[in-house]
Amino acid sequence: MAYSEKVIDHYQNPKNVGTLDKGSKNVGTGLVGAPECGDVMRLQIEVDDATGVIKDAKFKTFGCGSAIASSSLATEWLKGKTVDQALEIDNMAIVEELNLPPVKIHCSVLAEDAIKAAINDYRTKNGMEALKFEEKGVH
Amino acid sequence: MLKLPVYLDNNATTPMDPRVLEAMTPYFLEHFGNAASRNHPFGWEAEEAVDYAREQVAKLIGADPKEIIFTSGATEADNLAIKGVYEMYASKGNHIITCVTEHKAVLDTCKHIERIGGEVTYLPVKDDGLIDMAELEAAIKPTTILIAIMYANNEVGVIQPVQEISALAKKRGILFFTDATQAVGKIPVDVQKDGIDLAAFSAHKMYGPKGIGALYVRRKNPRVKVTAQMDGGGHERGMRSGTLNVPGIVGFGKACELARLEMADEAKRLSSLRDKLENALLEIEEAYVNGNKEHRLPHVSNISFKYVEGEGLLMGFNKAIALSSGSACTSASLEPSYVLKALGLGDDLAHSSLRFGLGRFTTEEQIDYTIDQIRTTVLKLREMSPLWEMYKEGIDLNTIEWAHH
Repeated sequence: MAYSEKVIDHYQNPKNVGTLDKGSKNVGTGLVGAPECGDVMRLQIEVDDATGVIKDAKFKTFGCGSAIASSSLATEWLKGKTVDQALEIDNMAIVEELNLPPVKIHCSVLAEDAIKAAINDYRTKNGMEALKFEEKGVH
Repeated sequence: MLKLPVYLDNNATTPMDPRVLEAMTPYFLEHFGNAASRNHPFGWEAEEAVDYAREQVAKLIGADPKEIIFTSGATEADNLAIKGVYEMYASKGNHIITCVTEHKAVLDTCKHIERIGGEVTYLPVKDDGLIDMAELEAAIKPTTILIAIMYANNEVGVIQPVQEISALAKKRGILFFTDATQAVGKIPVDVQKDGIDLAAFSAHKMYGPKGIGALYVRRKNPRVKVTAQMDGGGHERGMRSGTLNVPGIVGFGKACELARLEMADEAKRLSSLRDKLENALLEIEEAYVNGNKEHRLPHVSNISFKYVEGEGLLMGFNKAIALSSGSACTSASLEPSYVLKALGLGDDLAHSSLRFGLGRFTTEEQIDYTIDQIRTTVLKLREMSPLWEMYKEGIDLNTIEWAHH
């Protein structure tokens, strides 16, 4: 199975690899997946208190090229969005943008889960209730 | 001169040796006859060519030419051996012993035997990939008719104690079948010394063409018979009907002859290249060899690079280096390698493995290039790996509650 150009590009030049201070109140961290399943994604957002805008986003991913590309793309999309706008990122948009084949759809779901987990971490840190999300059930 | 791309997936298949192709070519064109045509020169030429190839194949494994049954490949030979023995020896018993790291062609055939009323014991393997002889002995029942243990494993290359197994089988009056696909042509396999009753192997793993393989069936001490699984014209002493694949058989014969003549030198060259590759890669932190290193094919190495996922790793260089991984992502099943799991590796380490299969046309420059590419990619991906970061921070990954999906 050949990879799409966009997956290859993200794999070769991943955007926003790194670590934010997970202890900071402005930083939300989402860690999803499991080593036994072959993918683990950690996605972090740094939110501007005043505006609610995501100032920075970083990721680290253990997984195949599609998992790396999905998380790299997610960080790009997150930057500049408000937290509420970020909640609207749908995994199928990632699938379309990266031309992921059906067997790799779970990588995009994982990225969406990571975004939501990071947002919930940010919310609970700042005295807000964690949001409940429906299971996509594609993994 | 470095020749790209580098092909290191020789356990999957080997390229044809040009000398094999050269031997085959006339049998597609001027000598196209059916080896079963007894009334004209076209048939005679084909039959003569098959007879000669049968000798070449037999000689490689120390067999008599009459003991070679040509099949479409090792999968068919595995099926014929197991199903054929099960049917032929039904009056003696219905129990077969095999092991969990066998190729699917053996495991799925055994599953079929269970569905039709047979009983199969799947022996576990030790952490080094070898079976435990005491467990094998303990598994034998009065109804055991066949022990089916592979000669060498396709994923980790470990070589099973074939002579011990056959001695035990002989003592207990049980037939011994070995899937020798990865071993024949690579290391000395001798059906007499090794005490083998039936053996499956294939041409395309030893620089011959795809679509042709053989089942060795012993004719003396004891005389072994298998029930045909393909009915028809009664070819191959009635054990495998179907018009003989003459060009394929000629190529198989030539490949066997080349292997017999060149095996010793080739094994020496490849094991030294393999060791160079392995030693260099083991200098990378948290890299581990899977399987027994003493009892192993000379051209094979299987290494796990912890905290890096196999398919992601392959993607770093897969346009230039062809390799395979035990990672789930590279298989249709989305499960990591069952062989590595049977060796006691956790799913995470199985996901992180690469399988190297060197071959006749692998050069030292290619190995140097491979070492360099893999080292660079592993280090790059670890910089991107949250697991590596945790490991470096001293966090025990087993203490984390992962969201399993």
